[in-house]
Amino acid sequence: MIRRAAFATASVLALGLSLVGARADSPPIRIGFIVDLSGEFADYGTEILNAAKLYLAQHGGAIAGRKIEIDAKDTGGPNPEVAKRLAQELIVNDKVDLLAGFTLTPEALAVAPLATEAKKPMVIMNAATSIVTEKSPYIVRFSFTLGEIASVLAKWAAENGIKKVYTLVSDYGPGVNAEGAFKKYFTLAGGTIAGSDRSPLKGPEFAPFMQRVKDAKPDALFVFVPSGDQGVAVTKAYQDSGLAGAGIKMIATGDITDEAVIDQLGDAAVGLVTAFHYSDTHPSEANKEYVKAFQAAYGSKLRPDFMSVGGYDGMHGIYDALVRLNGNADPDQALEILRREKFESPRGPFWVDPDTRDAVNTVYIRKVERQGGRLVNTEFKAYPDTKDPDKTK
Amino acid sequence: MESIAPGAGFERRSRLRAGEVLLWLAIAAAPLYVPGHLVLASQILITALFALSLDLLLGYGGMISLGHAAYFGTGAYTAGLLAQHGWSEPISGLVAAMLVAAALGFAASFVIVRLSGVALLMVTLGLGLLLFELANALADITGGSDGLQGVEIAPLLGLFGFDMVGRTGFVYAYLVALGAFALVRRIVHSPFGLSLQGYRENPARMAQIGAPMAARLRLVNTISAGLAGLAGGLLAQTTQFVGLDALGFERSAEVVIILILGGGGRLYGGLVGALVFMIGRDVLSEANPEYWYFWLGLILVLVVLFMPQGILGGGAALLVRLRGRAALGEAAR
Repeated sequence: MIRRAAFATASVLALGLSLVGARADSPPIRIGFIVDLSGEFADYGTEILNAAKLYLAQHGGAIAGRKIEIDAKDTGGPNPEVAKRLAQELIVNDKVDLLAGFTLTPEALAVAPLATEAKKPMVIMNAATSIVTEKSPYIVRFSFTLGEIASVLAKWAAENGIKKVYTLVSDYGPGVNAEGAFKKYFTLAGGTIAGSDRSPLKGPEFAPFMQRVKDAKPDALFVFVPSGDQGVAVTKAYQDSGLAGAGIKMIATGDITDEAVIDQLGDAAVGLVTAFHYSDTHPSEANKEYVKAFQAAYGSKLRPDFMSVGGYDGMHGIYDALVRLNGNADPDQALEILRREKFESPRGPFWVDPDTRDAVNTVYIRKVERQGGRLVNTEFKAYPDTKDPDKTK
Repeated sequence: MESIAPGAGFERRSRLRAGEVLLWLAIAAAPLYVPGHLVLASQILITALFALSLDLLLGYGGMISLGHAAYFGTGAYTAGLLAQHGWSEPISGLVAAMLVAAALGFAASFVIVRLSGVALLMVTLGLGLLLFELANALADITGGSDGLQGVEIAPLLGLFGFDMVGRTGFVYAYLVALGAFALVRRIVHSPFGLSLQGYRENPARMAQIGAPMAARLRLVNTISAGLAGLAGGLLAQTTQFVGLDALGFERSAEVVIILILGGGGRLYGGLVGALVFMIGRDVLSEANPEYWYFWLGLILVLVVLFMPQGILGGGAALLVRLRGRAALGEAAR
């Protein structure tokens, strides 16, 4: 009896050891992450990386005996030439199988030719300017585009009695992108543009813009500024200038009410209508579990936001492709799977358009509400399966 | 400052030292000991060249600039735009980058030579911001904040393509940097270079002895701008991308930091500063991505506190002390 037990134990041990042995022998699958972990956009990269690591931790982190390793590099950006150099080193020295991350558009654009040259799938987890995916056939985007969001907001505004809109965007690529899409689709839906302004990217003063908006007497003001301090500043300026009292609504892309910073907005933000693809209060089981796991792993202070969901879903896509290839990271086969991804994300249903390799989201119209001591984006209308309307290839 | 003895002292100072030759040989051998980091090595050389251009102005001429990226970015956009519009031959593109930046430097120099101190700081800062906003506003030409796309560079001399490992890029950057250092070395040891150092030490005195300083400062500003443009053009060609940050304030500030870290007015201060700063940044940001700025800041404070003349200056002072002590020991014996 004892002998048999000993034999059983020994064989279990041997089996275990041989499994461990196999695991140690097969080389890991390496994913090169290029994100901003320091500098102005450090929060973005941290959210993305945290969520991607969370996905791996939840799913075991190894496929067919090959461990999945995240090799994270910081650009401290916006720093395109550093991003490009890091990508080069990841490909040449570290022999990564895939590239992922990409917080900012210029960094993604600088790396794009390398992805083509080295034939490495490049998974975009934020970089939201429309053109990004056109720069390399190896790029697949798991985040969103500003054209997607702004065109839906324009449609919603036109459907809801807003006839005249003044636009105010930050004067850089994503801002110009958002302005273009909003104007185009608002005019197509029968609206008129009362005026347009672009605020400087660095150190803008919003009060004078608000005065001009007031003079133009539109029904609403459309705003895009990068999430963070500027979102807070523009919201405060809107409130202080009494535009609300003059009957001018403020509508914006969800960057302003990003969960990572929304509580800094204070009561000035309550009632603000935004369009976006993710809210941490999205009412679904998948999202509840995600938020719970994220906060269990990283504490309840840092709320998961759209950046994090881009990282989480991007990792989901990569993991799924690797599982289906049984741990073989052949770039072209992986790319074929990545561009056909379709799954239930914490943000809601998500899929990648195989033709454009770009994210297809359900875009929600949301309203800022106070809920138990914190501000949240409550979704009240959904536009399913929204593609970037101006993407053709 | 040590006193300069006429005649023999000059020759001694300008003689090529064994250390310099060894340094350049050691850099040339980089592909042997860091074959996987050639792209970083070329970016260090480019930054060193950029810091050298500032050294000529700040280290030797004593004129501060907080907008030196204006010339760097002008060179970068010139080389990038030429390549984007089909002029993909690298060497002529680089020469064009240098000339356009030098022309801008020449134009700006008429204002700059009239100023010093805080006013100079403000005007150079303003020039940098001006060009940054201009490039942002001309998004149709420069690509705005998305950066300049489709920069394709033909093989060097029609033979060596710019490869992924960065070999061609490294050799190219090395040769250009070597040439630029040789040129600046020649300049700072010439009478023209000495008059610059005289101006740095005592502008009023230079005027009293009748040196035509306005013309000389215009010239050094033009040369410095040209070299900065050369560095920018090199960066654009080797990375085949130009972003708005090429003109950004951070780049202007960073190059000042690098020069002060390495030690201004010593020719190699920029190179040493670029080596320490960029390798330090690479290592620190790898080891500690969230807080590496903290460590960088600490190192900067310590260097400036204990070696106000930068790493090279501090090293030289240490050497003098050690020698002094050895001589003292010798005498005691």
